[in-house]
Amino acid sequence: MDTLDSLTEKAIAAITAATDAAALDAVRVQYLGKKGTLTERMKKLGTLSADERPAAGQAINDAKARVQHALNARGDELARAALARKLAAETLDVTAEGRGERPGGYHPVARTLERIVRLFETAGFAVAEGPEVEDEFHNFTALNIPEHHPARAMHDTFYFADGRVLRTHTSPVQIRAMQGGNAPLRIIAPGRVYRCDSDVTHTPMFHQVEGLVVDEGVSMADLKGTLERFMRQFFERDDLPVMFRPSYFPFTEPSAEVDVQCVHCSGDGCRVCKGTGWLEVLGCGMVHPHVLEGVGIDSERYTGYAFGMGVERFAMLRYGVADLRYFFDNDLRFLGQFR
Amino acid sequence: MKLSANWLRDLADPGVDNAELARRLTMAGLMVDAVTPAGPPLTDIVAGRVVTCTPHPDADKLTVCEVDTGGARHTIVCGASNARVDLVAPVALPGTTLPDGTTIAATELRGVRSDGMLCSGRELRLSDDHEGLLELPADTKPGAAVAQVLALADEVFEFDLTPNRGDCLSALGIAREVSALFELSAPAFEAAAVPATHKDALKVALDDPSDCGVYCGRIVRDVDTMRASPVWLQERLRRSGIRPRGIAVDVAAFVMLETGQPLHMFDLAKLDGDIRVRRAKKGEPLTLLDGTDVVLDDEVLVIADKAQAVAMAGVMGGEATAVGDGTRDVFIESAWFEPRVIAGRARRFGLHTDASHRYERGVDPALAPLALERATALLVTLAGGEPGPVTTAGKSLNGYRDTAIELRRARVAHLLGIEIEDKTIAALLRRLHFDVADADAGWRVRVPSYRFDIAIEADLIEEVARLYGYDRIPAGAASTPMTMQPAPETRVSDRVLTDTLVHRGFQQVITYSFVDGALQRRLGLDDGALPLANPISSELGTMRTSLWPGLVDCLGYNANRQQSRVRIFEIGLRFIQQVSELQQEKVIAGLIWGDRHPVQWGAPAAPVDFYDLKADCAALFGRRVVTFEAATHPSLHPGQSARVVLDGAPIGWIGTLHPQHAAALDLARPPILFELAVAPVVTRAAPQGRPVSRFPGLRRDLALVVPEGVTVGALLAEVDRMDPGWLQERFVFDIYRGAGVEAGLKSIALGLILQETSRTLTDGEADAFVQRLVAHLGDTVRATLRD
Repeated sequence: MDTLDSLTEKAIAAITAATDAAALDAVRVQYLGKKGTLTERMKKLGTLSADERPAAGQAINDAKARVQHALNARGDELARAALARKLAAETLDVTAEGRGERPGGYHPVARTLERIVRLFETAGFAVAEGPEVEDEFHNFTALNIPEHHPARAMHDTFYFADGRVLRTHTSPVQIRAMQGGNAPLRIIAPGRVYRCDSDVTHTPMFHQVEGLVVDEGVSMADLKGTLERFMRQFFERDDLPVMFRPSYFPFTEPSAEVDVQCVHCSGDGCRVCKGTGWLEVLGCGMVHPHVLEGVGIDSERYTGYAFGMGVERFAMLRYGVADLRYFFDNDLRFLGQFR
Repeated sequence: MKLSANWLRDLADPGVDNAELARRLTMAGLMVDAVTPAGPPLTDIVAGRVVTCTPHPDADKLTVCEVDTGGARHTIVCGASNARVDLVAPVALPGTTLPDGTTIAATELRGVRSDGMLCSGRELRLSDDHEGLLELPADTKPGAAVAQVLALADEVFEFDLTPNRGDCLSALGIAREVSALFELSAPAFEAAAVPATHKDALKVALDDPSDCGVYCGRIVRDVDTMRASPVWLQERLRRSGIRPRGIAVDVAAFVMLETGQPLHMFDLAKLDGDIRVRRAKKGEPLTLLDGTDVVLDDEVLVIADKAQAVAMAGVMGGEATAVGDGTRDVFIESAWFEPRVIAGRARRFGLHTDASHRYERGVDPALAPLALERATALLVTLAGGEPGPVTTAGKSLNGYRDTAIELRRARVAHLLGIEIEDKTIAALLRRLHFDVADADAGWRVRVPSYRFDIAIEADLIEEVARLYGYDRIPAGAASTPMTMQPAPETRVSDRVLTDTLVHRGFQQVITYSFVDGALQRRLGLDDGALPLANPISSELGTMRTSLWPGLVDCLGYNANRQQSRVRIFEIGLRFIQQVSELQQEKVIAGLIWGDRHPVQWGAPAAPVDFYDLKADCAALFGRRVVTFEAATHPSLHPGQSARVVLDGAPIGWIGTLHPQHAAALDLARPPILFELAVAPVVTRAAPQGRPVSRFPGLRRDLALVVPEGVTVGALLAEVDRMDPGWLQERFVFDIYRGAGVEAGLKSIALGLILQETSRTLTDGEADAFVQRLVAHLGDTVRATLRD
């Protein structure tokens, strides 16, 4: 008969040799089962003298514990290996593309418009909208542009048979917002505008954003501050030089054109700024007293400023688009770049 | 307007170079677009006097000239018709390079050796004129450098003036600005009265002094109108972009450029009697100088003689009375017309003239008599002639309101946001040659007659600001009061809709608001279509009544560029003319076409269908319950179109483009489209939370066989009617036709989640409900349980 030690060694060897859970369990039954070799030895303890019994019992229990420990360890080992095999079998090619829809995107002009509007919203401007088919009163007359004013001729207006027009600028929204003496006021009016002109640098439809602030004590310095901050935030350049030049709009007095240093060449002169180092981006001014009075606002008590900018121009400068006409071709290969 | 820099400096010399002058003028509001050389360098081009001029022995149109270039003679063969003895013209001798890059070489023309070339204005890039040789002053020394003779060491300012500064459309006007900027004395021009040498005059009558404030005219007899204008005058005209046309007309143009006063020269012999300034009669014809025939009406002011209209006032003279080759006696017109009466008239007839450009913007109402004297003096000096007395109808300064404008110092600070010293303000205004008097609150200011653009206090403040420098106005803090802006949940932003579609794979597009009327009609969208009176083209001729024509057009464009999958949307107004008003409504529209998914390994390839877009469309409504009712639309497939209904009101359409339209547009498969009014869709209610059940729910699945005509919507409506209050969810998870289901019937798999909030539901209760439900569905929609 084997010694207890050799029996234990055999059991452990069998455990180590077991390559799956079933084989391992067979080893357990062989040694530790009801009729297992070690179990049988325990049963035979009764044949020993009372003196021998405790030591022999202790020896068998130690052997059983060693075998059980080996069984547990091997069991864990086999389970880990099985899991590893299962996981390995489930491995995916993570480089293959995800399933389902791909993201769409905004039109670059809408994206720019949104950016402009959001910047002004943070400064407390509320969005206002107006009709695109306008009457001459709101598009011209109320803006201090009487019939036959040269500024009307400069607008290349689309007309309808009954004399209505497609708005040539977003400025009529100013009038609609102020009408009835509505002041104080702080609005931003984004939208489509139309001019009867189509060539390399003109599309018959484009977008403007109009801004208007009317309140007590609003000055040209406020206008400069607001627009200077806007330009710097829009182009994300804290030191962007901004220049105000005297100009003329019938509905503002004083009036100004705003230039920013060319964002393409930083003022060195390039194709974008036609070598001047500056870009004309915006028109603005203090609301003309006639305009205020026309809508029933006391021009002594209230002053205001207004500004208007072409969104396509800002989009071209911001996103490096060289040709205006791309915006309205709606070629998905072009638009897809602005996701 | 273009102007010679040297001319400007003759009137007001600022002592800075042209680039700096241009910058200062631009920063004062007179934008200088460009500063360009007055002409090419013309190195080595010299003056040559024609000594002999004989016909070429072997060529009809050529002459052989002996040309003296100062110390040397050259034989030059020439094809110009004005080649003649004693003519002084530019000569390019062999080895000289012309502005166009060609180098002149000695050559032989039909057997005669030619040692160089006599040049036209065009060959020297000085003008478009190639009728003949450029004629230099007869007293020019042979051999003199042509660049010096023509004083080409000059530059041309090109101004882009704002329409309020009509007073700056002249050398004098710009010089006044220069004098204000650089603190110089006011520039002036010579306008001494020229005494009459005879008494012949035309009477002038003004029908309405509010149309024509003053009309000055005078006869000048025996003018040598055939004489060419002197080179200096021609050059000044040329540098302003005006082509010389003969001495009389050139003098008129010159004085206009100098002073800003348009003038007109009539051929006295062609006028029938006295002058009358009147409105045209309806249907009155007039042939203009440029040969245009116009038919006038009483909107148009004309200059008439006894017989007929002879000029369109302030725009252009008539052909019949124009100065021409045989003219000896001229009648000079110098008038002030009310800008409102001239504005728009030229444009109406497709014209734009130097005169109309100025009159529309306004001309100094004091100028007419002065400019007439200036023109008379110049004409008599350059071309001889006997001036008659000046006839004046109306009154100089008739259009001028000589009123003092109050300027309050407090208002200057208020409007500009900067304190400027009193003495600085007054000094700035005086530099503009304004009359400034102290007053209690500031000043009383009178402006010269040429500054008719200045009418109110704000105008004066602008003058102060632009001379002081906009750059010296500080950028204000513009502190905004800390008032919160409303952010309603009951009216969400349009961004919620556009974001939803972008996240669902749509690309936003922006199409024109005007579309091809024919396409719109073909799509059945013609109701209420509003055509433009002056469209760019017929493809962009009609306001869109729907965004669909634009989206379909965009699909076509991209399908033609190998796109196999298109998902696009647009948000914007549509325009529908209703009986009394134009509805301009903001709508959002989408189109899908091609593959359901981008080409990928992980999802089966399949074309999109109605239900793909229906899910996108329904996603726009958030929690709101929207219904889709089968209905037909002229653009859409009659069996695959639905009216979208929200709270009982129709708010849009969804469906497959009618296959006939798709075929007509060369689309292999029709796209699916939707369009919704934005306002109802963005109207929401803030959500209200309810407790969720802590008790387990039960699920029951039913396979119901119903006739084809029974819609899912109808079936679910009947299910909802039987809701005992604990039907948590119901959904269709399969629709089956085919083996096992009789033709004409379909099997709908219906899932039910039953759950009470206060207790656990028993199987018995659930089964009893299902039994009742099946019986009800049998009665109402002829549903039977599938075996």
